[in-house]
Amino acid sequence: MNVSVTSDPILRTEHLSRVVKEKVLVEDATFEVRTGEVLAIVGPSGSGKSSLLRLLNRLDEPTSGTVYVEGIDYRQIAPRELRRKLGLVNQRPYLFPGTVEQNLRFGPLQRGETLSQDAIEQLLSRVGLKGYASRNVANLSGGEAQRVSVARTLANSPLVLLLDEPTSALDETSKREVESAIQRIVREQGLTCILVTHDTAQAARLAERALVLEAGRVLRHGPISEVLHA
Amino acid sequence: MLKLFFSNQLYLVLTQALVAALAAMVVVMLARKRGIHLESETLVAMLRGIIQITAVGSILLLLLRAPRWTSALLLAGMIVAAGATSARRAKGMPGAFRVSAWSIAFGSGSVIALMTWLGVIDTAITSLVPVGSMLITNAMNTNGLALNRFRSDVLAHVGEIETALALGAEAKNSVSPYVQASFEASLIPAIDSIRSLGIVWIPGLMAGMLLSGARPVYAAIYQFVVLAMIFAASGLTSLVSTLLIRDGIFTTAQQLSLQPGR
Repeated sequence: MNVSVTSDPILRTEHLSRVVKEKVLVEDATFEVRTGEVLAIVGPSGSGKSSLLRLLNRLDEPTSGTVYVEGIDYRQIAPRELRRKLGLVNQRPYLFPGTVEQNLRFGPLQRGETLSQDAIEQLLSRVGLKGYASRNVANLSGGEAQRVSVARTLANSPLVLLLDEPTSALDETSKREVESAIQRIVREQGLTCILVTHDTAQAARLAERALVLEAGRVLRHGPISEVLHA
Repeated sequence: MLKLFFSNQLYLVLTQALVAALAAMVVVMLARKRGIHLESETLVAMLRGIIQITAVGSILLLLLRAPRWTSALLLAGMIVAAGATSARRAKGMPGAFRVSAWSIAFGSGSVIALMTWLGVIDTAITSLVPVGSMLITNAMNTNGLALNRFRSDVLAHVGEIETALALGAEAKNSVSPYVQASFEASLIPAIDSIRSLGIVWIPGLMAGMLLSGARPVYAAIYQFVVLAMIFAASGLTSLVSTLLIRDGIFTTAQQLSLQPGR
């Protein structure tokens, strides 16, 4: 296999585009994400934020361009391995029927690993849900469900956490709970995050750098204070 | 009552067909009152049905003296037509015709071959073709139900499926609950047919045998034999088609290609 290697950024996109039936979803997006940083992708509804995140997780295929993960073209990484490395948290949590613990075990089980009880408790404590392991997911609030969804993705030990509008369907209290869980993870683990949000105030609270999308194109890209106030 | 008006057998049969079709159209009109429009689809289906079955009846008449291998040719033609018909129940699913035709061919073909070899089905064209066509038709219906259910389940659970993929699940595992549900749902008619045999309905084959003077017990047992074969053919078809179509809705990069609005 011919593996091309570059250095520094943990993730880098190169002229990434996706066009479906002549509709441009993402156009020529080139940017990079450094290890340990939180990058916010902001823009109005329909600007291509979620489409871009789906391309990064390779749930959709780029029509041109590519993504480099730790310098490796992501088309050379097995899709399942890639998705474990770039863990995606959706706007809606989509928890599987059963207990919180069963949901957390799902990712590691896909590669034949079993999470220990200690690991489960640690994951839950990171998202502020200590003692929730045996709870049925049907009885969780929206905020709790979203935090379980974050913990479930973290159970795969991702290199980068992709967060797609993780609080947009939540009330103000739940939103703050999820935000503080994300802040805790970033602070304690130094995990690299890409946060898609239409909420610029949230972007300012959580991210160091931002990328503004409009009609699928990168409009601005840089430190959060400069980009949001430009 | 119709017999009072028609002494000619042909006129009597045609009038009976017309009356039965009218009964079906009354139901269609009732559905129309509730805003469900089945008029053109039902009318075309009935017209096609009467033309096709009359044509097959005429062909069978000709085939009575034909060599036995012609029944294999006839059954193969039926399988292709069945594949095309049930593939229509899986709009937007890649390779629906190919999957349907292969599944029906495997499901009904293997049961027909085995049962003919064992002597359960007689090799005479007048026996092999009608019994074989019953297996193929039921396999077609089961396949259509399975694909239709699978399609609607996948479209209703895109979020759950992509969440499983995003967590590193294999494509086949991400849809396994929907494969299972569509397989189970597709076999409900076949199971209910066996369960209600003799209590709720006396199938056409048995009625025909009784009319032609067969002993009721023999007719009844052979009817059970046919239904058991139908179940085997339908079950095999559904097993194969849900597995084949499952792989067809993902790209080589394990992306779900069956999406609403695509």
